[in-house]
Amino acid sequence: MMPTLNDYLVLSAILFAIGTAGVFVRRNLITILLSIEIMLNAVNLTFVAFGRALGAVDGQILVFFVMTVAAAEAAVGLAIVIDLFRHRESLNPDSFASLKW
Amino acid sequence: MTSFYLFGAVAVGASLLVIAQRNPVYSVLLLIASFGALSGLYVLLDAPFVAVIQIIVYAGAIMVLFLFVVMLLNAPHEDTEQDLERMASRRPAAAGGVRIFGGALAAGLLVELWWALTKNGGESGVFPGGAVSSVRTIGRSLFTDYAFAFEVTSVLILVAMVGAVVLARREVVTGLGRGRPPGPRTLK
Repeated sequence: MMPTLNDYLVLSAILFAIGTAGVFVRRNLITILLSIEIMLNAVNLTFVAFGRALGAVDGQILVFFVMTVAAAEAAVGLAIVIDLFRHRESLNPDSFASLKW
Repeated sequence: MTSFYLFGAVAVGASLLVIAQRNPVYSVLLLIASFGALSGLYVLLDAPFVAVIQIIVYAGAIMVLFLFVVMLLNAPHEDTEQDLERMASRRPAAAGGVRIFGGALAAGLLVELWWALTKNGGESGVFPGGAVSSVRTIGRSLFTDYAFAFEVTSVLILVAMVGAVVLARREVVTGLGRGRPPGPRTLK
């Protein structure tokens, strides 16, 4: 018995929920960025599964673009993390509340 | 089917451990394991090109960038002493709203997952027996139908690269700085 589209969608939903929980639960900027990567990969799995189900190649091309955006986001996000760490010697997002009203 | 469950279990377990670790180095390494399992799932989905670039680009480039930054910052644990002092002076009710919102969001996602598992109308979504999508097909579509998006992506990469360099550099040039108070590093 082959795994169906539903199996892949459920797996993708579980991975996305894990990433969402990581963003909300963890108090470490690097771990939050890693959780965002988990969420992006869950969406990539959905794209590839739907592309396979529809018999089209467009899902894989969208995965290509998502990976490009993820690389750009990781580069800029990590640069911001480095700059924040130089200012406060901390990776806890609760310690960067200067702009909070 | 067994390989699907194997790869899926590895991906879910490694992702759970990523957000359960207190040391970011272990988190990055576990996320690489999760990406390896996802690459196996892409092979099962007849998408070898995506599987290969998942390993080369994601696990090989992006995760190594994360690992570089984790080791460069040398902050292995979540709460430094400054954080503990700062959190002690803060009233503890401030984090309550965030916890409640996060819990509600997680509960909503679980309900949605349960709904998706039980309420599908009998269509199991069996994949059609198709050929493996070749790199030739992907490249032809990428450079014809998606050519504009591809070119815009190059601009995005350039902007991200310049932004990362500008954000992460040390301020050694004085005068035209970004309003940072002059410290010992900015002397002429």
